[in-house]
Amino acid sequence: MVKSILTTLLILSCSTLSHANTLKVGLVLDKGGKDDKSFNSAAYLGAKKAEQDLKIDLKYVEATDTNAIENLHRAFARKNFDLVIGIGFAQQDAVKKVAAQFPKVKFAVVDSDVKAPNVRSLLFEEHEGSFLVGALAAMASKTNSVGFVGGMDIPLIRRFSMGYAAGAKYVNPKINFTENYVGVTGEAWNNPAKAKELALAQIAKGSDVIFVAAGASNSGVFDAVEEKKKFAIGVDSNQNWIKPGVILTSMMKAVDIAVYDTIKETQAGKFTSGTVLYGLKNDGVNYTLDKYNEKLITPDMKKKVEEIKKKIIAGQIQVPDYYKKK
Amino acid sequence: MKRIFGFLLGLTLALLLTLFAGENPWNVFTILVRSAFGSMYDLGLTLSYTTPLIFCGLSVAIGFHAGLFNIGAEGQMTMAVVTAAAVGVLLPDVPFPLAPVLAVLAALIAGGLWGWIAGWLRAVRGSHEVIITIMMNFIAAGLAGWFALKIIPNPDSQNPETALVSPNYMFKDYDLVARLFPDTPANASLVFAIVIAVLMWIFLWKTAWGFKLRAVGSNPEAAHRAGISEKKVQIAAMTLAGALAGFVALSEVVGSAGQYRIGFSPDYGFIGIAVALMASNNPLGIIVSAFLMGALHKGASDLDLETSTITRDFSRIIQALVILGVVAQGYWEWFKQKRRKG
Repeated sequence: MVKSILTTLLILSCSTLSHANTLKVGLVLDKGGKDDKSFNSAAYLGAKKAEQDLKIDLKYVEATDTNAIENLHRAFARKNFDLVIGIGFAQQDAVKKVAAQFPKVKFAVVDSDVKAPNVRSLLFEEHEGSFLVGALAAMASKTNSVGFVGGMDIPLIRRFSMGYAAGAKYVNPKINFTENYVGVTGEAWNNPAKAKELALAQIAKGSDVIFVAAGASNSGVFDAVEEKKKFAIGVDSNQNWIKPGVILTSMMKAVDIAVYDTIKETQAGKFTSGTVLYGLKNDGVNYTLDKYNEKLITPDMKKKVEEIKKKIIAGQIQVPDYYKKK
Repeated sequence: MKRIFGFLLGLTLALLLTLFAGENPWNVFTILVRSAFGSMYDLGLTLSYTTPLIFCGLSVAIGFHAGLFNIGAEGQMTMAVVTAAAVGVLLPDVPFPLAPVLAVLAALIAGGLWGWIAGWLRAVRGSHEVIITIMMNFIAAGLAGWFALKIIPNPDSQNPETALVSPNYMFKDYDLVARLFPDTPANASLVFAIVIAVLMWIFLWKTAWGFKLRAVGSNPEAAHRAGISEKKVQIAAMTLAGALAGFVALSEVVGSAGQYRIGFSPDYGFIGIAVALMASNNPLGIIVSAFLMGALHKGASDLDLETSTITRDFSRIIQALVILGVVAQGYWEWFKQKRRKG
């Protein structure tokens, strides 16, 4: 009897001990939520993978309203989480404020630039990846015109559009380019019906490849191209699997890898603050090629786009960057 | 607070539902209580939700007293908040004590105007106020979004929000309530809200105006025969309702954020309906019911953080069940009364 009690106590103390050593990671997702199959999904999957591989203690939340983001960060920090990761540009102010108040807690933030000794900013060279898919779009277009459907009309999404248009024009200088945005508020990430209407309008005007960067609204564009038998290009995650055959490729933004690496380095005690740039160079952004779209990308197209990729990395092609426009 | 039983019934049902998600209801309840009142910080957040809910609850209640269903508190509030932000951004040189007064007055006029339109259409054209106010909500959201992002956007941020108002407009250092609750948006507007609720109680039950308003609400035909212009009263009631919702500008712009942020409201205008119903439209009861709903909102938002299976959507279910519980109790009382008569 005594023995069994002792064993139980031992097991209990072990489990609490190991619990105390486990890295506690809090993930604050944007309004799109973990099931947007795109941006937030990528972050969620990265963190989930870290949970499995690295045995960390993961807790994720989705922001309900604008006021909630700061409170969620503060709630994690107050509960002594070791690392709090904010996903999305909308979390910049919240992280800046909360990180200053909790200097012992480490923060990471995707798509926002926060300069603080305990914050790591994970930034992506979206324009470079967009340039590649723009080039592919121009090669695949039969009508000589390509379109872009953005989610919320903000500089970040304009950056996708600008790189994409430049890539298409690089391959075919005479190509027609149209761009539309779903909206100007956070709802734009969650409005597939409107995204579908925009895509249908672009198709009616002649576009046959549409790049969409609109979070959970992407599915609307995918529906539209499936109906009209045109092509779409997915974004952030590899979205080729969602509708095989009509998704030409995806502009992959390795949010999952960025999140995973940050967690891994923090666990190993190698957390560094400052900005980490993910570009073509380190596979932070890329076009995707898998079994779902291998029939759509001909070997010739692949060869050309790989060449362009090399040139961008080597600095021979200057991709225009919306952030540096002004 | 006659409807407290309905509130508890709805809450209990919601907590029992968590059994299906594999949670311990008692555990969920303690999380709710702890994260609503557990510390000064938590309490501050609860109070910061309470303030706009009092204003919106009063807005809905005054409509009910005049026999009108104001679903437009959300839109009236939005117009008021964006107006206050616009005044603060476009007229930065107004000196301090005058500046916040000016901003709030402008907000009240904007909110009141938004209510007046619905009231006028109702009284003069006979359009149903429920439809009108719902549609006015959409117009307000569109107008406010356009104005905030095209005319006075925040140049330093990609967030959909207006620029910050000039510091003259904020009563930060003079705000004793805000000092009590550091890091939270709670501010002195809470005191204003309570004062206004008391004033409204006096207005409704101690003045001739309030009597006329309630007379029209309980029987417009009889009020008309007694020489009360029910049209004027309806227009006045909706205008007042709009202005009351407009007071949210006080807590949101002048009191805490200093700007209009699109999506700042977790549907205050609609939760306000529940707040008013729960208090049977009694202004003093609204203070308490707004506090309960504020606590529920804050508590439920932390469930996501503290449990593994309950997500943010569940907080909506809890709110819905509480509203159903309150409404069911109202129906039960009405049913009993009817049986007694019949």
